[in-house]
Amino acid sequence: MNNFLGDALLIARKDLAIEFRTRSAFLSVLVFALLGIVIFYFAWDSTAVSAADLAPGVLWVIFTFSGLLGLHRSFGVEQEEGAIDGLLASPVSREAIFLGKAGANLIFVLAVQAIAIPAVSLFYNLPLGGIALPLSAIAILAAIGLVAVGTLFSSMAANTRLSELLLPMLSLPFFVPIVIPAAQATAKLLSGRPVGEAMSWLRLLLAFDLVFVAACMLAYPFTLEE
Amino acid sequence: MNGNQAAVIEAESLVRAFGDRRAVDGVSLRVHSGETLALFGPNGAGKTTLLRLLGGLLKPEGGSARVGGEKVPGGADVRRQVGLISHRTLLYDALTARENVEFFARLYRVASPREAAARALERMKIADRSETPVRALSRGMKQRVSVARATVHSPTVILADEPFTGLDASGARALSALLAELRESGSAVVLVTHNIEEGLSLATHAAIMHRGRLVRTDERKSFDAGDYASSYRELVTAGE
Repeated sequence: MNNFLGDALLIARKDLAIEFRTRSAFLSVLVFALLGIVIFYFAWDSTAVSAADLAPGVLWVIFTFSGLLGLHRSFGVEQEEGAIDGLLASPVSREAIFLGKAGANLIFVLAVQAIAIPAVSLFYNLPLGGIALPLSAIAILAAIGLVAVGTLFSSMAANTRLSELLLPMLSLPFFVPIVIPAAQATAKLLSGRPVGEAMSWLRLLLAFDLVFVAACMLAYPFTLEE
Repeated sequence: MNGNQAAVIEAESLVRAFGDRRAVDGVSLRVHSGETLALFGPNGAGKTTLLRLLGGLLKPEGGSARVGGEKVPGGADVRRQVGLISHRTLLYDALTARENVEFFARLYRVASPREAAARALERMKIADRSETPVRALSRGMKQRVSVARATVHSPTVILADEPFTGLDASGARALSALLAELRESGSAVVLVTHNIEEGLSLATHAAIMHRGRLVRTDERKSFDAGDYASSYRELVTAGE
């Protein structure tokens, strides 16, 4: 178990080191997220729709698509010089590779969320002080589910010619069970409802996380077979 | 090859097809400890596929392969024995040469991975560029780092697919010396190359692969290098 987690950590650190050096994916995802927030802001008629009604949709549309952008690069770095063969030929288990890559992707997505959520709060004038903790819990739980699914399909799509098209086509239907409870729980919180009202959505989110993480980790080795 | 001893690398009637085409078609071979099998063949003969089967990166559709007595594709124990050198570098461009080799040393649980990485880079005469990102290295230098990566854990089996790709004379000498050293220390080596002279200079055995099959296997001392090169050309030309 220690070796398994140690290997996963090693792979996550390697992926983060590569991203930290290049910053290409993070910057492009961040620019995409901020641009999305700005575009939604200028298309928004504040007399027709309240900020609290609009913001959950803005947040989860942006997280879904910026997540896809970031996840696409996850196995891209393994394909450039065939490094995935080096990983697969090593004694590391396939599940540890999945967990390591998913871990790095999770930190990546959370970093984007940590900038995008305050940006939405600023643009839409939504004070988050009282709901920061439950909102963070929603963001983290949703990110876990999105990353589990996205990492699996990123691996499947990486070997194909149409990977940029295939990843969203495969991932988006599986993102729906994550995004719906996340958006619903966010809406409850932003409209000033008590945290208890969002709990049923949070429990649903947690259940999907458990299912997706387990299923994706088990399915991952099959995506590597040629 | 060396009939009495148990083979380190063993393939029995291996088959692997891609679509209708059988890339490897019933290949059987044995390579023992301290032996180097040089594998020659034209493009598309199935050499790389055979190496990927032996390295556990592909599943055979027929037959079986064993490394160190264990079936491949297998678990961590069998993968730990193998060092895979490819014509692709299998490196991460954004990491430095040292970081790449050290990363793999850690994956293989090498004791003192940083020191082991330094030694592996030194052996391939690329230690002076160890802190350079791989993307800033020439193709030949990348290949030296790639060889260091593949051998940092002192594997008992080396599967080398065109390992001399991009290497200059000094790099090629360093690699030849390393392969000879590994063979002398008891490693079993399968060396795929198009360069007959280079391959034969390192080989204890030689084989020719054509259209997925091993069409000729010889002990190195049983033939003259010049005759072998011309008969290889004739064989390949006749098969076209």
